[in-house]
Amino acid sequence: MAEIQIKNVAKRFGSYQALHDINLTIADQEFMVLLGASGCGKSTLLRIIAGLETATTGEVWIGGRRVDHLSPKDRGIAMVFQNYAVFPHLTVFENIGFGLRMQKLPDAEVRRRVERTAGLMHIDQLLKRYSGELSGGQRQRVAVARALAMEPDVILMDEPLSNLDALLRLEMRAELKGVLAESNTTAIYVTHDQVEAMSLADRISVMHEGRIVQAATPVEVYRNPAERFVAGFIGNPPMNFLPANRLEGGRWQVAGQTYNGPATANGAVEFAIRPEDITPSDSGLPAKVRLVEPLGAHLLVTCDVDGSMFRAILESDLNVKAGDMLALAPQTDRIRWFDPQTSLAVA
Amino acid sequence: MNPRFLPYLLILPVTLFLCLFFLYPFLLVAKQAFSTASGLSLENFREVTGYWKFPISMKNTLLLAAIVVPIQLALALLMATMVNRMQKGRDLILYIWTIPLGISDLAAGIIWLAIFEQSGFLNSMMNGLGVVDRPVNFLSYQHPMIVFVAIMLAEIWRATAIMLVILVAGIGLIPKEYYEAAEVFGASPWKRFLRITLPMLRPSLQTALVLRVILAFEIFAVVQALGGTLFPVLMGETYAYQFELLNGGAAAAMALIILGISIAFTLIIMRALRVPKGATI
Repeated sequence: MAEIQIKNVAKRFGSYQALHDINLTIADQEFMVLLGASGCGKSTLLRIIAGLETATTGEVWIGGRRVDHLSPKDRGIAMVFQNYAVFPHLTVFENIGFGLRMQKLPDAEVRRRVERTAGLMHIDQLLKRYSGELSGGQRQRVAVARALAMEPDVILMDEPLSNLDALLRLEMRAELKGVLAESNTTAIYVTHDQVEAMSLADRISVMHEGRIVQAATPVEVYRNPAERFVAGFIGNPPMNFLPANRLEGGRWQVAGQTYNGPATANGAVEFAIRPEDITPSDSGLPAKVRLVEPLGAHLLVTCDVDGSMFRAILESDLNVKAGDMLALAPQTDRIRWFDPQTSLAVA
Repeated sequence: MNPRFLPYLLILPVTLFLCLFFLYPFLLVAKQAFSTASGLSLENFREVTGYWKFPISMKNTLLLAAIVVPIQLALALLMATMVNRMQKGRDLILYIWTIPLGISDLAAGIIWLAIFEQSGFLNSMMNGLGVVDRPVNFLSYQHPMIVFVAIMLAEIWRATAIMLVILVAGIGLIPKEYYEAAEVFGASPWKRFLRITLPMLRPSLQTALVLRVILAFEIFAVVQALGGTLFPVLMGETYAYQFELLNGGAAAAMALIILGISIAFTLIIMRALRVPKGATI
């Protein structure tokens, strides 16, 4: 059992506040992804959980035990590093067995665990090699095997796939998900790649400027962004935003069209819709097409709506070209609204 | 001009310089070592190795190297680790620690002579504290142990910094992530030093040890200043052959013997600290 609780954690480097009052609970065996742009504090938070960094204030609990005063080795964690950190002077076998040797486990047990995890990561043929003789993908596998061999309660991963090429990343992603699901460990995974986050996570914590702005399932984060930042960050291309003006009885005017919106709100809100939740129809938002990009399965159409940039993902057989006028109808149950003052979602 | 030849052209001056001022004199010395009045022979080698002082000077040189170099290695590693951990004042400390490097070995010997001689600092201090009632002549034939320790201290003081400089550079090259990984996987600071720093420092250790061991076999001025004839070493004997006995052939033979020892130890160190293929950073 390894539930992780982060209570009021803040971190300050000199005058720079890297983390503000972070509160997060990660359930036992949950796969939590910390997602955010570089500099948002996600790696710092991971390193505080690992014990490689000390929080300025706050507490870290793992498995019902307060650990923020313990050294990394006493926290029941294992970690996969961004640059792998596979020791160059040790063979693959000794790399995977490094932590086990430090625990002074008997040789037979070290051998059993190294061989088992090497098998799991499909590197059992490489046990006698040095890291200089391995490819990036193989090193990554060694790094994961080394963490798994510890049979930790919690496995921490800091952008583990970011140094791999695109194809290998896809392959390793799927494999990681399978291996970790079977290992029954709690996982925290840091990435700036939203596709990686969506595909791996049980829950995603989106971080921005040292705060967690939303912690929810991938579908929830995608469908119901809690903040405008999340709506603009998740999704490729991200959500479209248009200003809306208040009419009577919870109705709002957007680019000349009228939609049902939040009943209680200020005079102005922002209308938001995902590019794929739009269809061309007889009546809808008036859009002047600026650019058409065929993506094979779809057309990515960039338009001008009410003076704002607006993107739509449309059927690939649609006959449309730059300069055309379209009426784009949003799928009404997918429309989201944001308060421009607080940036928070309003219902 | 063909660009393929450019690198060779660029190293030509230094190659010529080395050939003229190093290789050529070396060949002359080698020739001199093997030649006597009656032609080519090993007579010079027989003469120097048969002399009663040869085993003593050989033993002294090796003993000094065997004791001084490991102490210097340990000190240099300790100092390098400390410097590497410093956030502020790192450069200042490094400069201070490397000051002895800027002093010639004879000057270093004289500094320590000023401490140990009969009217030196040590005697004045002990006298002042009332430990002794009259100055002791430490550096005399009655105290061979003290002579040895004085030479040892002077050598450690003088030449540890050369290893320190090399090791500081080497430690700086080890990526921080390895230490973090080792820490997460349960290695204590001491284990991290043994399992990460030392093995990954092998190339620098090689350089530092080779350099230092060769210098240790060439020890001369410090011994001359502190021990004089009380503590014969190989290089001192070579000097005596050349300038006191005016026997150039014997001096050349001694020089070649020292060279042979240096090469042998260099090979041993390179072999012992070699990095397996594929195991570099």
